[in-house]
Amino acid sequence: MATDTPSGAEPAEQYNFDIVKKFAVMSLVWAVVGMCVGVWIASELAWPFLNFDSPYFSFGRFRPVHTSAVIFGFGGSALFATSYYVVQRTCQARLFPDGLASFTFWGWQTVIVLAAVSYVLGYTQAREYAEMEWPIDILIEAVWVSYLIVFVGTIMRRKQPHIYVANWFYLGFILATALLHTFNNLAMPIDLFSMKSYSLFAGTQDAMTQWWYGHNAVGFFLTAAFLGMMYYFVPKHAGRPIYSYRLSIVHFWALCFMYMWVGGHHLHWTALPDWTSSLAAAFSILLLMPSWGGMINGIMTLSGAWDKLRTDPVLRFMIVALSFYGMSTFEGPMMSLKEVNALSHYTDWTVGHVHSGALGWVAMISFGSLYHMMPRLWNTRMWSPRMIEWHFWLATIGIVLYIVAMWISGITQGLMWRSFDEFGNLQYSFAESVAKMMPFYAMRAIGGMFFLTGTAMMALNMFMTIRQGQRENAAAVAGKLAHA
Amino acid sequence: MNFNFKHEWVETNVGLMAVLTMLAISVGGLVEIAPLFLIDKTVEKVEGVRPYTPLEQRGRDIYMREGCYTCHSQMIRPFRDEKLRYGHYSLAAESQYDHPFQWGSKRTGPDLARVGGKYSNEWHVQHLVAPRSMVEVSVMPNYPWLLTTKLDISDIEARMRALRKVGVPYSLSRAEYDANVTKFGETVAPQLHIPDARKNLVEQANFGNYDGDPSGISEMDALVAYLQVLGTMVDFSKYSDDAFVDVR
Repeated sequence: MATDTPSGAEPAEQYNFDIVKKFAVMSLVWAVVGMCVGVWIASELAWPFLNFDSPYFSFGRFRPVHTSAVIFGFGGSALFATSYYVVQRTCQARLFPDGLASFTFWGWQTVIVLAAVSYVLGYTQAREYAEMEWPIDILIEAVWVSYLIVFVGTIMRRKQPHIYVANWFYLGFILATALLHTFNNLAMPIDLFSMKSYSLFAGTQDAMTQWWYGHNAVGFFLTAAFLGMMYYFVPKHAGRPIYSYRLSIVHFWALCFMYMWVGGHHLHWTALPDWTSSLAAAFSILLLMPSWGGMINGIMTLSGAWDKLRTDPVLRFMIVALSFYGMSTFEGPMMSLKEVNALSHYTDWTVGHVHSGALGWVAMISFGSLYHMMPRLWNTRMWSPRMIEWHFWLATIGIVLYIVAMWISGITQGLMWRSFDEFGNLQYSFAESVAKMMPFYAMRAIGGMFFLTGTAMMALNMFMTIRQGQRENAAAVAGKLAHA
Repeated sequence: MNFNFKHEWVETNVGLMAVLTMLAISVGGLVEIAPLFLIDKTVEKVEGVRPYTPLEQRGRDIYMREGCYTCHSQMIRPFRDEKLRYGHYSLAAESQYDHPFQWGSKRTGPDLARVGGKYSNEWHVQHLVAPRSMVEVSVMPNYPWLLTTKLDISDIEARMRALRKVGVPYSLSRAEYDANVTKFGETVAPQLHIPDARKNLVEQANFGNYDGDPSGISEMDALVAYLQVLGTMVDFSKYSDDAFVDVR
């Protein structure tokens, strides 16, 4: 690590940065697209005329477009970009092999486009976060195996004996995602030429398989992988070594082992047998320890460099990300307690919790990492540091508006549904609880607009940065030619 | 440790790291999911639960296509308020033929596990076309196209055959048909016979006239037929209050 120098000093052919650049750009494109759709569907809940009486814009079909575009489009592309960057830099080896890496790019982008188009047309497995129908699932499988080959192949080419800790987390994420994706998407197509299929499992077993997948999409896709990002970019950007190497070892193994047990907490009080959801709850509480261990490891990496937070907005993105990571990994175990879950489940509280993780942790650590990585890739500086400041505050205010709105609406729903009048009858009709939500749904949509505006600013800033980098490089080449 | 394990071995060997990681991430799923297929008590034995008729199954397909699960659950929890609002808590047996399950995770709208029979067909049709004409504060989208789109029944046999392959007891042969007669009775078994699927579907739609328009079979016919059967298969008056407590 100590020998790392900015990429500009390396011979161009040493690393395959072309693929990293492509994924990084697409990550921002999907961020803007996915968050636009997010703001749209949030607004549909506040102002239902926005569904336009059209099947293609109706909430039910549009919502998976949002989730897939932000999780797999934005998050996924950011993970491909950073993992390909980190594995090359820390192994001091070029990606192996270029062709397969290129396939992962085109394959993955095709997956996102096909997924979005197919949902709007009504093709869905109706499994949350796994809505893609079977032909798309097969393409994902092919891309994923290629990703594993490229990643492990590059690690095997490494110049020094140790595998850097960020790569453990990326590897764990790749392996777990392969396992989860494969077993959760076992389905029987009705015909080889039809998109429609039926899940192999039914009822209770199907529910448990889906939430084993669903929660680990959070645990590995949205946590372990982004911790890989954290373990490289936070120390790199702060110019400090990781706080505790020992803690990162414990963090990795405890996280890998425990996360896989907790999916059942999505099914408390349902027809899932009690032993399963209780076991899941117990592991959810235990999971607080590795989660906070990881957060402490990240935040304490900054000890001795706290003053940089005042002047460096990129570092601020990272530290706020870690704070939200800590907050949502505390809130999560709390919501997995059966008594709390009895109130919170089925309400907007869950939606708020997901977004404090997704916006606060996943998006913020990605923004921080991309702000660090992208100017280095194009061998220049960020076009406008002031816009980074603006992005930071817009994003932070947006998140706070969003989760506060969802806390209030969620807890209100939960309490209204379970209130009784003096005769022991239900105090409120369901419709009365819906009517109460309107101001909070509007507030949530506005919070989303803040966040989206910040993201759009970042995209613009990055676009100008790339153009600036290309101009400077062209000038440098021209200068060299003039001297020769 | 006595055998002098060094984490360095793992850190310097990507194969060993991958194998140990796979082990670490496999345990949870194995312990929690595999037994659900093996323990008989996971799905209660109750009378009345049957696979969907061809028309109901097509309605269920439309329920999934429109993403109804993003706002409606089908899983009533064992709480006093939910019993008053929705009815008896849901049993695992009631979704044993649901490929995939549609328990949902969010109630932007109310739970639908026992919506069957609570409202008239006319109410459902009007509510699906223009929800706010029935419930002023509703935020549900309008679904006018369900009424105007003709139901595609061309692949109904293929759909039922796929469901049969994943374990739903739809019958193809005489022996399977007879087994269904024994298991579900003489009125249900013919509905589950794949060779008669198209005839059954048309008959049920024409007889039920769910969408109020007798001229053809619309997607609305199928969806309302599905909504009207939800939660109605088990007759809870036959069971005592604590009949299902030991499995929950």
